Order: sequence, then structure tokens, then C-alpha cells
Amino acid sequence: MPQAIAAVNDFVVKFANVNGSGSASANELFARSILRMGVPVSPRNIFPSNIQGLPTWYEVRVTEKGHLGRRGGVDMMVAMNPQTWAEDVKEIEPGGYLFYDSTKPMPSSMFREDINVIGVPLTAITNATYSDARQRQLFKNIIYVGALSVLLGIDDNEIKRLFGEQFKGKEKLLDSNVKALNLGRDWVKQHIDLASVKLKVRRADNVGDRIFVEGNNAAALGAVYGGATVCAWYPITPSSSLAEAFQAHCKRLRHDTETGKAKYAIVQAEDELASIGIVIGAAWNGSRSFTSTSGPGISLMTEFIGLASFAEVPAVIVNVQRGGPSTGMPTRTQQSDLLSCAYASNGDTKHVLLFPEDPGECFDFTADALDLADRLQTPVFVMTDLDIGMNHRLSKPFHWDEQRVIDRGKVMTAAELEAGETFGRYLDVDGDGIPFRTYPGTHPTKGAYFTRGTTKDEYARYSEEGAVYVRNMERLQKKFVTAAKIAPQPVRYSSPKPTRYGVIYFGSTSPSMAESLEQLEAGGNHVNALRVRAFPFAQSVEDFIHEHDRVFVVEQNRDAQLRTMLLSEFVLDGRKLVPVLHYDGTPITARFITADIAKKLGQLKVVSFEKAAS
Amino acid sequence: MTYIAKPRLHHPSLVKNKAGYTRRDYEGAVSTLCAGCGHDSISAAIIQASYELDVLPHQIAKLSGIGCSSKAPTYFLGASHGFNTVHGRMPSVMTGANLANKNLVYMGVSGDGDSASIGLGQFAHIMRRGINMTYIVMNNGVYGLTKGQFSATADKGSISKKGVANSDEPIDLVSLAILMGATFVGRSFSGDKHQLVPLIKAAMAHKGAAFLDVISPCVAFNNHPGSTKSYDYVREHNEALNRIDFIESREEITASYDPGTLTTVRQHDGSLLRLRKLGEDYDPSDKVAAMKRVQEGMQEGEVVTGLLYVDPSPKDLHHHLNTVDAALNTLGDAELCPGPEALDRINASLR
Repeated sequence: MPQAIAAVNDFVVKFANVNGSGSASANELFARSILRMGVPVSPRNIFPSNIQGLPTWYEVRVTEKGHLGRRGGVDMMVAMNPQTWAEDVKEIEPGGYLFYDSTKPMPSSMFREDINVIGVPLTAITNATYSDARQRQLFKNIIYVGALSVLLGIDDNEIKRLFGEQFKGKEKLLDSNVKALNLGRDWVKQHIDLASVKLKVRRADNVGDRIFVEGNNAAALGAVYGGATVCAWYPITPSSSLAEAFQAHCKRLRHDTETGKAKYAIVQAEDELASIGIVIGAAWNGSRSFTSTSGPGISLMTEFIGLASFAEVPAVIVNVQRGGPSTGMPTRTQQSDLLSCAYASNGDTKHVLLFPEDPGECFDFTADALDLADRLQTPVFVMTDLDIGMNHRLSKPFHWDEQRVIDRGKVMTAAELEAGETFGRYLDVDGDGIPFRTYPGTHPTKGAYFTRGTTKDEYARYSEEGAVYVRNMERLQKKFVTAAKIAPQPVRYSSPKPTRYGVIYFGSTSPSMAESLEQLEAGGNHVNALRVRAFPFAQSVEDFIHEHDRVFVVEQNRDAQLRTMLLSEFVLDGRKLVPVLHYDGTPITARFITADIAKKLGQLKVVSFEKAAS
Repeated sequence: MTYIAKPRLHHPSLVKNKAGYTRRDYEGAVSTLCAGCGHDSISAAIIQASYELDVLPHQIAKLSGIGCSSKAPTYFLGASHGFNTVHGRMPSVMTGANLANKNLVYMGVSGDGDSASIGLGQFAHIMRRGINMTYIVMNNGVYGLTKGQFSATADKGSISKKGVANSDEPIDLVSLAILMGATFVGRSFSGDKHQLVPLIKAAMAHKGAAFLDVISPCVAFNNHPGSTKSYDYVREHNEALNRIDFIESREEITASYDPGTLTTVRQHDGSLLRLRKLGEDYDPSDKVAAMKRVQEGMQEGEVVTGLLYVDPSPKDLHHHLNTVDAALNTLGDAELCPGPEALDRINASLR
């Protein structure tokens, strides 16, 4: 036998399946059962832009320490897809394990010398028990979960409990699933030496009260809590499940208990242009509204975003980013829409972006975005991505402060107008750059104005006078400065030892960065870190950069977009900001960050040594 | 751009409507469109219709796209909120506005370039969704603001001011609106206020997607011989199918007509549309017949006008979405935010 990787609660299992075969729910069951044993897991779907027949993978990182970023590398491959056999076998770490369906004999050339092969005749077991084709397909998945549970030491009672929750009231389904599970378990118990598999799950207590949820679901719930009443959207991967989750949440939470009527309106629009148009129309008329989309949708919305910004109408856009440009990689993740969102539209425009790190912040920031959009009267983007949006992630429980109320910003009421308050739609009355607005229909004779994308004066009167235009543009700039103060502030992590090096990162990079910081520290590389949570950048971001000789800017795009924005917004020496870029469509890993930063630190140290010597 | 402010002094003898407003209260700023522009006549008709309907001026929201027609909302209903959106996309903004507050009267104003060229997609979809609105296209078959290019409603063979014949087939917005599911569809002519004002009133009272195609000659770029959207051409070829009297539900019906010359349509809000037939037997509640008659007119080079199609009991998008009676923009924290306890239950379901 080759060397066998031995690990308890710290390994990666990857399932290679065919999409449309029902494997997704079985794989999720596997991940959840480990979670129920108190061991954190971080699963990721790697799926094609296709409905049936193409390869799909599900990667589960078992991590007692709670490292929720993608690790990279595979310790055990569950190879259920003949199409991808060769590449799947190749991906296994030396000393790792290959779990496969051994019903048909395979030539030894199909395997590797340096891995451990576990064959279970899944098809034979399935066919001996089930005759219906669909049943065979579905239960084969449960049978391999049963087999794996014995091999890895997963408590089958946890799986049965999960079945119980899933099939509540459907006892027949419950029984048949338990039966399939036991078929797999019994076969392995009788035929395999369990000591030969040295990857084990052991009960722990590291999950706590955390919840296991997808970012899209969380953001949709944030929109409900934040008071959104209008949602307009157009289907696009990876954001579609967000609008669908909003619909599902609203069905439960937003119907009048007496009349059954809806306290929300959802429109699946004809395209993204209409989606954002509906959002802007609703917000103009005083309803909180949002859309969810991805990069290509942003491209289409750009003209309207310019209108909302210049006419100062609130709008919330959740951008679940995917690989670009153009159609790009629809089912892969990236952080590559920063520039297209931050500066969307013709002319001088800048927009507010929020960068949630996980589903918890997807919830918080979507609710916050609705407040911010109303307060600032401008579009606000929630910049999530496929990695956060479409994968289940362990996250702190959702929290809602009982005292919190919807902050609609500066809206002048009929009573205030009646009392003779001066109303200038674009008049900065208190120096924060934000004017008052009125909702249509407020007062019979006061407060009406004409909203337009052309230049106007403080009282919303059309004007192309240079001085009027400049005054308005400067006020908008002032509003942008206000935005930097009220948007979520950066989060700092300081190295235990003083250091000249810093790291700036954001969004879904967060769990891998946290793990990388531990690795860097362990390797004697001390760095301070700053997680940027919003654009416009807070002053503390510039201060952080000035505090260090070199700052690594870690991003999941090719062109170092955040770095570009930092250089554009602050006066900085560009050499100070060292890009660390990962953009192949897979989520960034701690291994990658650590290796790249360690390499670059090494280079920097060599240079500084030479300088010192000269 | 005109900088002359319109005097706001009202003559004391101006007659107030039942809502307590004079006709002047429904006016807007002084028009900056060309003298004789058909659009100004339509603006005047909108003002007259709103005044006669006794709508509170601030209870109307007026929205437009981009172009000469879309500038027009500045020149009527000055006490109403207005939104001059982006080119061809007013329908989506109006959809959103309507979802936010179902209780306002929505007036969309657009042009043939705005609705038939750049905005054809949004035009079709707003009709499909049945937004409760009045959507008026000021149709002159030409791009006025950019000086005389053909629009998508220009008839094939129509000659531009520069002498070029249009080779593209025209898009007939009336046929399209009927096909897409609009529940009130009419066509009129800016030069015929006796036909236009009652049509606008009826459209505003209609509780669904109401569309009016109003031929509105462009005096600067499309009013020459060879144009099929000139004053002369439209006057010569106007084939009016009916004249309507709009009677509000609370008004007493006094006038009497010879039997056989009148069709009465009662709209869902109780208002009556009395259609005086002009020459031919025409039933505006027959959708297929309406399509046929409009297409026949096009073949003959006629401009078929009047109330062409009406569904007296339309269903709007709020009906389809089953929204609460209160406007969504009036709902407060208690109605919108499920609160911490519900969140605890959701958290528990995610473990």
C-alpha cells in the first residue's frame, strides 16, 4: 500500500458527479452530517452552465479549526463521473484516497500507484435492490453517503436525524432513504478494513450557534428586513436564486394575515434595463426597491445607474459577481466588477459599493444598503460573488436590533411643506451634500418638482449654465465624502509584532485571508491586515497605507481593480501597493495568498538588504 | 430654452372644477417647442382633460423618456411630480412608480422614436403587464430634436424634408398595443381636440393599460408634401370611426341620441363611454375586429382614429400581484420588518 494521508477533522473530500443526477442533495447531506457532529465544514459547488449531463463537482472542506476558505488539493475523491475520471484521479494528493464504483472491473492503468483505492460496487448494490431507473439513480447517491459515513466515522444517527427533518410527515421517503443509507454502510462494514482509511471525523464542539446558509438567501432576507417592497430582476447566474429567495421569504413573512394580500411586488422584468428602471421608478415614488444581477446585467444597467446617481434616486443593486468579461465564466467566481460598478455611467460618476465577506454580512449589508440608498439618495451596490452567493457557508447567526427603524433619509413631509419649510430638491441645507426630497403626491401645491437626468439648479430647474453645473457636481462630491463616513468601516487585524507590511483585502477573500494570516505569522512573516468593507474608502484606509512601507492588495481579478481605485482616490506612490491576484474562476485559497506574499516579501527583503549594503 | 416666467396670477373669474382648481392649476411652464408643434395641442388636451376630470393635480405623476415629446410634461401639470427618464425606458420607471403607489394617476408621455425605436421592447412589456396608466405617444414620424431623421413609425414611401423616401416598414403602435394586451387603445390627431380630450379623459378613468397614439405633426421637419404625418395629410386621410362622450359615473345622462347611432360602454369605475358612430358599424370591444380594421386602414392609407379597442373590465398588475390595498410606499416598519423573533426562528431552521 502507498502512504496514506492521516487527518482528523482536517481534510478535503471532493465529489465528481454528473449534473442532473440528484447528487447535490446527497452531497449536501454528507456535509451537513459532519456539521452536526460539531465539526465545521465549508462546501463548494463547482458546476457547469448546464442543466443535465455535464460534469459537476462538490468539494467539502472538513475543518475543525474553522478555516472556511477553499483549501485547494483533494484528500479523497469520490469519483462518480466516468467522463472526468482521468482529471479527477490526477487531482488527488499523493497518499490520498480514491472512492469509486467498482461494479465493473477497471484496468490498473486507470489508477495511480501513490493513492489508496477504495472500490464499492455501488451499481451492483443498487441494482440488486431497486428496479425503477429513477430510484436507482437517486438511491445510489444515498448508498455512497452511507459507505462514506462508515469509512470516515460519521455518526449515522446524525444522518438519520437530517432525513427526519427533511422528510417530516413523509414516513415512506424517510424509511426508504434510511434503507439505502444502511445498504452502503453494511457493505463497507463487511468488506473493507476501516483502519486503512486514515481520514476521520471526530465529534467536536466548534460549530457553536452558527448558521449554514447561502449568501443569496441571506441577502434576500436582508432585503425583507430592510423593508424592500419592490424587487425587479432578470434571471442571470449566479444571482437568480437571490430574487427567488426573496419571493420565498416574502411568501412566509410579508402577507397580510387577514386578507392574505402581499406587502411587496416582485416583477421578473424583460431584461436588466427594465429591472433597474422599475427599481428607480419605485424608489423615486418612495418604495424601497432592489434588483439582483451579475456583471453582464450591470453593463446593461449602466445608463440608468447614471440617471439614478445624477437625478439622486435611491437604488439597491446586489451584484453577485461571476467571471468576466462578457459572458465570461457564468458559473465561476471573481471580484472583477469593481470598476464597472464604482464608476458606472458616462460622465463623472462614482457609486457606493459594499463588500460583504460572508452570508452574515450579505444579510447586514443588503439591509444597510437600503438605508444608505435612502439616506444618500443614490445607487448602492452590494458586491457579493458566486463563492459567497451560491455556496452554503457557516456564518454568525442573523441579528436584528429590536430598536432599529427604517431610515428613509431626508424626506420632506406634507406637514413640513405646509409649515413653510423651504424646499429645494437639490439644495444642500446642512453641508452634507444631501438635499431633501418629496414623494410624488405629497402636497397639493408645494414640493412638486421635475426629476431629470439633465443638469438642474438647486430648485430642480433645468439649466446648462456652467456655474450651476459645477455647483451641483461639487455638492455630489460632498455627498460622496459623506458616504465614506456612514458606510461600513474597514476592519483591522494587527500582527502581534510591529511590521512595515500590510495587506488590504475585501469580500469573499476573507476566510482564506484569515487562514493565510495565521500561516504567514507561523512562517515568521508579520503583516497587518485591513478588510475594506465599502467604497468610497474611509480615511482609515489611506492611513493604513501610509503606516506601512508596502501593502499587498489581494483581489480576485486580473487588473488589480481595488488597487486602481485606491490609487485613483488617494495620492499614493503606486509602488507601495503590491498586487496579489487570483482570477482563474476558483475561489482564492490561503495556500495561494501565503505563497505569493511570502515570495514577494522575500524579494522585498532581498532588495532592502542590498540597499542597506550599498 | 425660454426664460420667460409664466404669470401665476389667476383671473378671479376663472371657473373652478369640483376639486376646487381652475384650468390654470393644471398648466405647466411655457412651452419651448416650435410654434405650431402638435405636441403643444396634446399638452393642452391633457390639461383640459385633467381639469374636466376633477383630478387633484398633485395626485398625477407624469413620466416621459427623451425627445421633444418627452420634454412636453414640463408644459403641463406643473403641480405634479414629473420624471424625465432615459431614452426609451420610461415604461419601466412608470411600472416601478406604479408598484410603489397604486393610488396616483399615471401619465406616460413618449414619442415615436422613444417608444417605437429605442424603446419598443419596454413599450411592449408595459402593455403586457397591464399597468394602470395613460400612455400617450406624440407621434410625428420623425426625430425632431436631432433635426429630421426618420423614426420607426414613418410610413414606407414617406418623403423626408431632405427628399429621401423611407424604405422601412412602419411600426404601428396601435396594432402592437392591442396585440400586447393593452385594454384601452385609441388613436387621435393633435389637431382634433374634440376627439382627443374625451379620449384622454376616458383613458385616465380606465383602470388598466390605456394607450393613445396621437398623430402630432412636426412643423419643423415633417410637415411638407410627401410626408404622411403632416397636418394636411392627416386632415385629408383621417378616418374617424367614432366620437366619444366621456361621462363620469356621478354625472346625470341628459343628452339623447337617435337609436342605432350610439354604443355605450360602462367602464369598471362606473364611467360611461358613449360612442357616436360615424358612418360605419364598429364595435370597439371586439379585439380581433379592431386589429382587422386598423390593418385595413393602413392598407388604404387611412389614419383610422377614435376609440379602437376597450376592455371595460381590465385587470392591472396590482391585481395580478395581489398587493395590499394601501400603497406600498406607505407601509411602515411594523408591516415590513418581521423583527428579531422571526429571525431567531429562521436562524434555528438554518442549523
